Amino acid sequence: MSASIIVGLDGSEASGRAADAAADAARRHDLRLVLACVVPWSPYSFSTAEENERRTIDKEREAKSARERVLDPALARLSAAGDLQIDGVVRHGHPAETLVSLAREHDAAWITVGRIGQSRVRTLLFGSTPSSLIQLSPVPVLVVP
Amino acid sequence: MTQLALSDVQAATFDEQVNDVFAPISDFITGIVFAAVPLDFIDEGVELPLIVVWLVVAGIFFTIYLKGFQFRAFGHAIQLIKGKYDDPEDAGEVTHFQALATAVSGTVGLGNIAGVAVAISLGGPGATFWMIIAGLVGMCTKGVECTLGVKYRRVYPDGRVSGGPMYYLSQGLKEKGKGTLGKVLAVLFCIFTLGGAVGGGNMFQANQAFAQAQSVTGGADGWLGFGAAGAVFGLVLAILVGAVIIGGIRSIARVTDKLVPFMAVFYVLACLAVLFSNFTEIPSALWEILRTAFSPEAGFGGVVGVLIQGFRRAAFSNEAGLGSAAIAHSAVKTNEPATEGHVAVLEPFVDTVVICTMTALAIVITGTWADEASAPGVETTSAAFETVAGWFPIVLAIAVILFAYSTMLAWSYYGLKASTYLFGESMVVDRTWKLIFCIFVVIGASSTLDAVIGFSDSMIFLMSLPNIIGLYILSRVVKRELFGYRERLADGALLPVAERGITPSPTGGSTAATTGVDGTTPNPPPSVEDR
Repeated sequence: MSASIIVGLDGSEASGRAADAAADAARRHDLRLVLACVVPWSPYSFSTAEENERRTIDKEREAKSARERVLDPALARLSAAGDLQIDGVVRHGHPAETLVSLAREHDAAWITVGRIGQSRVRTLLFGSTPSSLIQLSPVPVLVVP
Repeated sequence: MTQLALSDVQAATFDEQVNDVFAPISDFITGIVFAAVPLDFIDEGVELPLIVVWLVVAGIFFTIYLKGFQFRAFGHAIQLIKGKYDDPEDAGEVTHFQALATAVSGTVGLGNIAGVAVAISLGGPGATFWMIIAGLVGMCTKGVECTLGVKYRRVYPDGRVSGGPMYYLSQGLKEKGKGTLGKVLAVLFCIFTLGGAVGGGNMFQANQAFAQAQSVTGGADGWLGFGAAGAVFGLVLAILVGAVIIGGIRSIARVTDKLVPFMAVFYVLACLAVLFSNFTEIPSALWEILRTAFSPEAGFGGVVGVLIQGFRRAAFSNEAGLGSAAIAHSAVKTNEPATEGHVAVLEPFVDTVVICTMTALAIVITGTWADEASAPGVETTSAAFETVAGWFPIVLAIAVILFAYSTMLAWSYYGLKASTYLFGESMVVDRTWKLIFCIFVVIGASSTLDAVIGFSDSMIFLMSLPNIIGLYILSRVVKRELFGYRERLADGALLPVAERGITPSPTGGSTAATTGVDGTTPNPPPSVEDR
């Protein structure tokens, strides 16, 4: 018996709709909702010594901004009804891979994401989180338009 | 018309003026640093620069003292940079890979292209052999430095992390009851670092970047052939450096940082292209390197001469023993200083054993080192590249300018750390240092190679004096760190993340992964295949 639904949030409208759809499903199936905001980050990127020196601060800043701008508003909106058990997670990493590992950790029934993230150019150049998620995920993926 | 000619004459003298002022200073310092013992009992005119002995003896000492640590560390270092031991909780922090990449982009510079050419032009093909030996020995020194760099690094109140010899000299020696000596050495190290940063980390790079840019644009008759071309080129380069370090335009630095690793790979491929287009010569070139390394015809004196050239340029290129890399490696996220010591051994390997050797082989195979037409330096390498295709030197020029640029940015940071250690953290110190650094870019591009090489070598090698004294005093600390770590590794106390058997707990979630009654986890650990 699965325990939760993972929602990937990136601040876009589609990801907001994904959260709504997931909340609906969570109510119906009596599942926990895990809202996840992944800050894109690669352990193999190149950086300057000065950036490295500040990295710990920058990581905190990025996480804080993700929490304040993306996660907290969504958490506030969805928990307003008061009938759902909701957790919020901010992580650094490859978005699709991180959602997959969160799905494992939280014993997720499925992962829900919005169809288009914030930037179309990035999607064109680097692929999109939903499409890589579909390839990687061990559980069903629901993509919300 | 006359006016134009006049301004041309004035312009021509500008570069000369810079050189006239600078050359005597350079000669004076070089004379002191490279104080040499004449080895007349071996052969007339053979001299042994003490500073080279100092570096090599340190490398050999640590290689023996740590039982060939650099060779045993290799496999584990690769696993570390792959992230096998990275705690998922630390995602978003500086990884081993990033620390190494940053350090490598600081070290892979013109020492690898021009320095090697100088070594072979002066010492013959055999210098390659000694360069590789010096690289292998230097791996150990580098591992020692970086272990200490992480162990005694400093975390500022605002969360920034920075380390380097100034901290292990002052802190580490204090723990050993030699606080005063530690402070003196730390201050000396910082002063020499400032010199090294404007010398090898700046002027040498600017100088050789200009030399190559001038040679691919048609030499003295091309559009970079006019009198003040060096100064103008230097000015442009200085503006580009200043834009990043003073103007804070990080996007430029980010672009070069992404390009440099590709350029390094591309450079190695280009060298391989040179080798394969002359592949019938490979066996004889290798034989030539080995034969002249032990130089039977020149006698023992010749061997010493070749050996010194190889060692000197290797040290200049991979910076092992100078302490600079310890600054770059220190920001890594780890609780085990020994891990960065492992990773750091890869740096001289990539720099010297791979990249320098590639340059050396290209030069030896094409025979351009013996060619009087090209001045020793980047032009020698360029001539070797030209044997493959006419446009190859342009590829080299791009690589040279990028390497020079990234090395300059790295050294401006080392210099900044040294100046803030000496004069305190303040905006004035920060800006003053960066401005001085930019001015020296122009001076470097305008001077002749001899003056620049002399000064660069001297200051860079001087850094090794306080640093290596510190390494000797702290050698037992390093041994304890490294051997203790390896013992725990062998005992299975430290496992790769994938084998730890617990799922990482979510950072922000309220519910950590639940552990079953028997202590096992109901969820399978994320396996490597899924990544």
